Amino acid sequence: MLQGLEWISTHQQMIYMVILMIFVGIEVISRVPSVLHTPLMSGANAIHGVVIIGAIIVMGKAQEGNIFALVLGFVAVILGTLNVVGGFVVTDRMLEMFKKKK
Amino acid sequence: MQNILPLIYLIASVTFILGLKMLSSPATARRGNLIAAGGMSIAILGTIFLYTDENGNTLHNHLWIFGGLLIGGVVGTLAAKKVKMTSMPEMVSIFNGMGGACAALISIIEFNEIHRNIHISGTMDPAAFFASTDGTHLLIILLGLIIGSVSFAGSIIAWGKLNGRLKDIVFKGQHVVNILVLILIVSLSAHILIARPADTPLYFYSVVVLSLVYGILFVWPIGGADMPVVISLLNSFTGVAAACGGFLYDNKVMLTGGILVGAAGTLLTILMCKAMNRSLQNVLIGSFGKKPAEGSGTQVAGGSYKEISVSDAAMVMTYANKVMIVPGYGLAVAQAQHVCHDLEKLLESKGVDVRYAIHPVAGRMPGHMNVLLAEADVSYDKLLEMEAANDEFRTVDVVLVLGANDVVNPAAKSDPSSPIYGMPILEVEEAKSVIVNKRSMKPGYAGIENQLFFQPKTSMLFGDAKKALQDLVTEIKSL
Repeated sequence: MLQGLEWISTHQQMIYMVILMIFVGIEVISRVPSVLHTPLMSGANAIHGVVIIGAIIVMGKAQEGNIFALVLGFVAVILGTLNVVGGFVVTDRMLEMFKKKK
Repeated sequence: MQNILPLIYLIASVTFILGLKMLSSPATARRGNLIAAGGMSIAILGTIFLYTDENGNTLHNHLWIFGGLLIGGVVGTLAAKKVKMTSMPEMVSIFNGMGGACAALISIIEFNEIHRNIHISGTMDPAAFFASTDGTHLLIILLGLIIGSVSFAGSIIAWGKLNGRLKDIVFKGQHVVNILVLILIVSLSAHILIARPADTPLYFYSVVVLSLVYGILFVWPIGGADMPVVISLLNSFTGVAAACGGFLYDNKVMLTGGILVGAAGTLLTILMCKAMNRSLQNVLIGSFGKKPAEGSGTQVAGGSYKEISVSDAAMVMTYANKVMIVPGYGLAVAQAQHVCHDLEKLLESKGVDVRYAIHPVAGRMPGHMNVLLAEADVSYDKLLEMEAANDEFRTVDVVLVLGANDVVNPAAKSDPSSPIYGMPILEVEEAKSVIVNKRSMKPGYAGIENQLFFQPKTSMLFGDAKKALQDLVTEIKSL
């Protein structure tokens, strides 16, 4: 019990952020028309590519001789970039189609 | 200098929120996507050059990082530029899987770092060492690992199912196996966190394998037409996995971006289900109950239907005043959107008024049909949304249904015992005549008969949508 309380108080900033972000995430897309479901999903997909930042940190911290971290980190950077770049480009292509018709 | 990075992260977080907000309105969507992409770019560059750890060390291995960015960037751009519009859902699934795998790899590397420290410290025995590891740190590593792996494996299976490489496999007791695997994952993780055994690495890598297995088992039995919902769900999983990374490195932009997508993705999943008038639970475990329901056979099979030849269909449509095209899943699969546009132009040149009636869930994903028809240069004002179309069917001479089934099934309105009862449909039976193009009389995704096909005003034009449309175009030209 006391441990739990202590955990909450040391991590309270993070906890606040998580709770607020959940509400922001829901609020922000709550009125999306179904026409935009596919592009929105694709755009959100690109945004969670922010995981690439973790991959960059892991890669940048890896020690010279640590082949395991170097190789897996390198793969993680490639995969994360695929997620980000591919995600944004695909979304843009979808939305470009909509716009041309104006 | 090190105060600049938090500012960059703050700006990036705001662009993610703004971008998502703008993506949900047609007028601003494209700009929203670009703004989020811009925020992501500065966050990535800022991390590479300005990041310092708690001891003030900057990142190294820049060559490796830029190499990875270059490879991923080039491959990602090429894949995204080359993919056909009809294969969009698969592509999104693959990219989502990559993000999940990235999150899982980060966890594996971080765990390996902890493990390596044993050898470096040398003196401590493994059990005492793991016991001294920070519990929160371990928990976050495990969470990122499990969610990321499930998302990765699930996305790959979803990709395989969407492009037809993987067939449905349903075996008895499948959901029991799934639950057992899940329980095993949770208890192994709990064992790592609570008991801190000396052979923790063994347990850890078992969790990796089991999570991958769970991802596969979880997605495989779900029907192909429900994959968009599953991809959207896995999308929000990856968001949560990315947020775990945010906890791990105390990195605010990863945390906000990840949680934002986790929450928005969950809501989007629910909205998609609603558009199809189904519950999420029904989508996820519905496949298990389907088999016996079909066997009990409560449906009324409908008597006789009549077929129409291509030349008759061409004739009827050419001499109509108003034709309404109802495109569906079949059109998307056959990639017939371009030839469909050709048919429309041809009919218009003969003085026929041609419109499209778009059901909200037509195509392979909600909203997908609008993207497909836009790609084929179909003019925006020719597309009618469901309510507008339903007001007009009464004045339509011929409705051409292209590979759509459940979304035009009158049972959704008239038969309370039907599984799709209550789903909003296109009321095509209001029109004077209906031509239905399908590959066969097989029921649609919901697995139920469609009374529409047996009505006197309906005639069937069998064949692949693309082939049938091409034949129609040739036929009308020769009239």
